[in-house]
Amino acid sequence: MSQARHSTARTFGAHAILITYTVIALFPVFVTVINSFKSRKAIFADPLALPGPATFDLVGYQTVLKQGDFFQYFLNSMSVTVVSLFFVLMFGAMAAFALSEYRFRGNLLMGLYLALGIMIPIRLGTVAILQMMVASGLVNTLTALILVYTAQGLPLAVFILSEFMRNVSADLKNAGRIDGLSEYTIFFRLVLPLVRPAMATVAVFTLIPIWNDLWFPLILAPSEATKTITLGSQVFIGQFVTNWNAVLAALSLAIVPVLVLYLIFSRQLIRGITAGAVK
Amino acid sequence: MAQRKPVRWHIVVFLAPAVLVYTALMIVPLFGTLNLSLFNLDETKTRLFVGLANFATLFGDPRWSGAFWNALANNAWFFLVHMLVQNPVGILLAALLSSPRLRFSAFYRTAIFIPTILSFVIVGFVWKLILSPIWGIAPGMLDAVGLKSLFAPWLGKEEYALTTLALISVWQFVGIPMMLIYAALLSIPDEVIEAAEMDGVTGWSQFWKIKLPLILPSIGIISILTFVGNFNAFDLIYVAQGALAGPNFATDILGTFLYRTFFGFQLQLGDPHMGATIATAMFGIILVGVCFYLFAIQTRLRRYQF
Repeated sequence: MSQARHSTARTFGAHAILITYTVIALFPVFVTVINSFKSRKAIFADPLALPGPATFDLVGYQTVLKQGDFFQYFLNSMSVTVVSLFFVLMFGAMAAFALSEYRFRGNLLMGLYLALGIMIPIRLGTVAILQMMVASGLVNTLTALILVYTAQGLPLAVFILSEFMRNVSADLKNAGRIDGLSEYTIFFRLVLPLVRPAMATVAVFTLIPIWNDLWFPLILAPSEATKTITLGSQVFIGQFVTNWNAVLAALSLAIVPVLVLYLIFSRQLIRGITAGAVK
Repeated sequence: MAQRKPVRWHIVVFLAPAVLVYTALMIVPLFGTLNLSLFNLDETKTRLFVGLANFATLFGDPRWSGAFWNALANNAWFFLVHMLVQNPVGILLAALLSSPRLRFSAFYRTAIFIPTILSFVIVGFVWKLILSPIWGIAPGMLDAVGLKSLFAPWLGKEEYALTTLALISVWQFVGIPMMLIYAALLSIPDEVIEAAEMDGVTGWSQFWKIKLPLILPSIGIISILTFVGNFNAFDLIYVAQGALAGPNFATDILGTFLYRTFFGFQLQLGDPHMGATIATAMFGIILVGVCFYLFAIQTRLRRYQF
């Protein structure tokens, strides 16, 4: 009996800590979104109140939507992120498998070479990248961004995935070899499904910096047709610093799509993580 | 034939795409930068090979070294705050989340990760608004619990600004250690946990004695990712405090120092050569940290295969 009570107390404690942290995590987002629906006066009078009939006002959104093509920005961000993510996961997993599975001359060196990219921000090479893109006519295309982001994401993907792939049982792979599977089949059919939790994790880590990057869209693809949503909202906020309604509305518009995307994706992510295939 | 092994083409096929993209877009441009740090302009504006003279200027010349050591010290503090706050909190949250039969764990996990998906533009602005004395959310909330006297315009005070920004960054990124540790905790086989329970090891002692040793490699990865991320940080400070990293350079870290030098600000012109020198110095600092991890720590971690 005392055992049961003890664990109730512990569960309660766990929930208390988690709820507290959840509130801390969500509070700023919450404040921004509710105030974006209020009139200028109400934003300052009582920032924590929910918008009521007296204070409800969409003037911020009207200003924002008159100014820029947020839907186009969103599509640009979306295609850049998804395509880069695919390449990073695909190429990254292949290289990680080669490094963790086979002994060959230069293995350690190749691993270090690829890991070098984790340490250096790709931004340090911006000038040379820009020259390269100008020379190949890729400036102001989404392809330029995809190429850069694939290169940027690969080192971390290789590093994390090879850590996880080392833990995949060698017996399993050798059993496959004895059954006559080719190395490609072993990789795609045996190993990839087993590291799915790690893939989901890598996907999230790759996706976030790409989606949120301000630097390369600004330098490589600042045209109206290729603006990403982060660049779009940054430019917008810069123009409307003192218009609090517009700023809050722009922030909300930048938050909501990512949030929706994340909520859709997080189901996959959680399924990936809890699939627990490594067990 | 007997003495030569055949080329194993599948290794080449597996490695080629990653290595090609990575080399062309990352390594080649990077060497362009490293190369640039060895040159400077003379009085007649011709480019001149100067060897390591730029580094001597950066570390020794009072016009540069003050800003450089200030940025480095700030950066070290920024990293320390992350190691002391972000990672323990992340591990604690992951440990709580992974306890079996916890209700709403999917909800907590999703919610706590939300700040991490937001861009620096959003995070910087939202926190600036919240901490702003003009809008008054932070003073108002402190007032509600009777602590209004504690309020200060944190982002504007030299002694608080850097710590405030570090904590904002912790707030944003705590989801990353949480997720990595969570995945590591889930991959501990049930048999291990059951065996521990049979031996009467439960609760916190189970966490300290069984789970923690098993997730140490993941904690190592997180520490090194934090180190690299912090010493490359730039965006949050740029969005919240601008390129001048005010007040009075109190929040200046290597990333903002590099940006100012490389692209110039206000009346100072951009200096690609000194910028490349700072970039190379950053590269060196990070390289030392990572080598320390790889050779001194990672080789001592025990790896378990289930």
